[in-house]
Amino acid sequence: MTATGMVHPWQCRNARVRSVHCEAPDVMTLELVMDDPAAAPPYRFEPGQFNMLYVPGVGEAAISISGDPSDTSSLLHTVRAVGNVTRFLTNMTAGSCLGIRGPLGVGWPLSQCDGKDILLVAGGIGLAPLRPVVSALLADRHRYGHISLLVGARTPKDLLYRREWSAWQKDIDVQVTVDRADDGWNGHVGVVTTLLDRLPVSRPEQTVLMTCGPEVMMWYSIRAALDRGVRSSAVWLSLERHMNCGVGLCGHCQLGPELLCRDGPVVPFDRVAPFLKVDSL
Amino acid sequence: MPNQVPECTDAPAVPPAAEWFLPRDSLQALIECLQEDGYTVIGPVVDQEAITYQVISSVDDLPRGWTEEQSAGRYRLVRRDDEALFGYTVGPHSWKAFLFPPQVTVARADRSSDGRWEMTTPEETVPRHAFLGVRACELAAIAVQDRVFLEGPWVDPVYQARRREVFIVAVHCTQAASTCFCTSMGTGPECRTGFDLALTELEDGFVIQGGSDAGHEILERLDVAVAAPSQSAAAGSARRQAERQIRRHLDTNGLRDLLLNSLDDSQWDAVAGRCLSCTNCTMVCPTCFCSTVTDVPDLSGDHVKRERSWDSCFNVDFSRMSGGVIRNDVRSRYRQWLTHKLASWHDQFGQSGCVGCGRCITWCPPGIDLTEEVAAIRSHQEPIP
Repeated sequence: MTATGMVHPWQCRNARVRSVHCEAPDVMTLELVMDDPAAAPPYRFEPGQFNMLYVPGVGEAAISISGDPSDTSSLLHTVRAVGNVTRFLTNMTAGSCLGIRGPLGVGWPLSQCDGKDILLVAGGIGLAPLRPVVSALLADRHRYGHISLLVGARTPKDLLYRREWSAWQKDIDVQVTVDRADDGWNGHVGVVTTLLDRLPVSRPEQTVLMTCGPEVMMWYSIRAALDRGVRSSAVWLSLERHMNCGVGLCGHCQLGPELLCRDGPVVPFDRVAPFLKVDSL
Repeated sequence: MPNQVPECTDAPAVPPAAEWFLPRDSLQALIECLQEDGYTVIGPVVDQEAITYQVISSVDDLPRGWTEEQSAGRYRLVRRDDEALFGYTVGPHSWKAFLFPPQVTVARADRSSDGRWEMTTPEETVPRHAFLGVRACELAAIAVQDRVFLEGPWVDPVYQARRREVFIVAVHCTQAASTCFCTSMGTGPECRTGFDLALTELEDGFVIQGGSDAGHEILERLDVAVAAPSQSAAAGSARRQAERQIRRHLDTNGLRDLLLNSLDDSQWDAVAGRCLSCTNCTMVCPTCFCSTVTDVPDLSGDHVKRERSWDSCFNVDFSRMSGGVIRNDVRSRYRQWLTHKLASWHDQFGQSGCVGCGRCITWCPPGIDLTEEVAAIRSHQEPIP
């Protein structure tokens, strides 16, 4: 589905839950398959794009696509139960029906990453929209320089996709920290910027930073990266605002000049920097 | 205010290519032509002590002999001492309500017997509207909404279907309200483009111009004669009278940068002390387009209408997210409205979102005047040496 103007922006496609995986307390990954895949055009998405997931009678939520973009057999969405719609979504089971509109929005700048070192910084559920980036980078590993993924979460229980880390670690540097340890945790404790501060950044002017997580986390991660010499023009972040239409027609998701559903959710730091720290914007 | 006899002093420098004269008695024939062509004619009507836009069946529905007085937070109908049909400016309604309906069903979900949801976007029966009495600022407002709903990466099908069908009879303003500032925004008071027909009201009839093939086709069916030079001159003079009456001014010089560089200005606190966050300004604004789609299920839960309603950045819930409300005070909500309208609209849609109609000034209960707010911010940022 493309934004040709011929597609009705409110037309949903029917989808079904194939499987559900519990990632963390209140966080589920839904594997979705389109009904009638033969009748519909093949679904392709760019890492960082999102879908509107629709529960008839309840409403819609904008959820980033968290699966491998090269796998067209199913679509993964990692959902945290924080509101009505997301609560319904996380309570779904195999066979549950829902609607999908998408893919929507602008994704990560992978086309600008050839030959670059890549720094991915994720906080909490913010790892979900970065996981397709990890998949895409791994699929073409030879095209990129050093790749680091820094992951932060509140507690060890909140860490996503732990089952996949060992596979990732064969090809990229994965570092993890939590704000609060529990009994079984032997890893790093502290905010994610502490990982960044001790990371060797050997080619800062050739490094691309992509980050997603709480805004304050992204702000300090970006500041730390800039302090290490990463260029501000090579910094990208994924922002979240209330999205209702998902196609730039309803006005909800503004951040200054940005209509984040249309111009984002992934935006270049330079474009939004003047607005990120403005209170209540 | 009473209709002043236009001064026929100076003729236009370049005479308009085709100006015709429609006798006063023949305006009804224009309405009937439109009705014969299947249009529902919408025009100004006195209702609830204001001039509003509603379906009209004849010239007798028009606000004959009425005008209005407008100022910040104040609107009053006043009797004229003549029989003018268009002797006022703009009221609380705008044409937006007919192109972008306040409430419309954009999609449906119906559960079939096998449990599967049928998710559809039913085509509504598109009304064929003829707008009678569209002012220059309102033509500009329609163009602004065209940009939002038709010219972005996604097209709004509801707006598109209705917009295609509209026939526009514009009316040149021959007087201004104290709240008007179309001259500042470059949108009026003269109607220059975007109409099928345009009228200038004179005492004994209308000077009428065609603006499209559809308009010229209607003209051919009307009892019109080529406007006499004196009639064209009188019409031009009447239009200039409106322009001369405009007193309000908004300095748009560098306005986008001024506002986006003033997000911490103390004026936002000052205006928050007066703003009621009532949403009136956004409801009367002819360009405000924010909306929310909500699910409305029937009692069985098997049939769901997805209804789109006008929303407003002044509503608390407008910016609600899982983590809380982003704009949780009046200061931030007023700032969002004003900076969107006058500044970030340029980034998003390549032009200002304000057409200078002044509705938001008139219909603000405490009478907040955006031109004064901008002037205050400008004075803080660019102090006079």
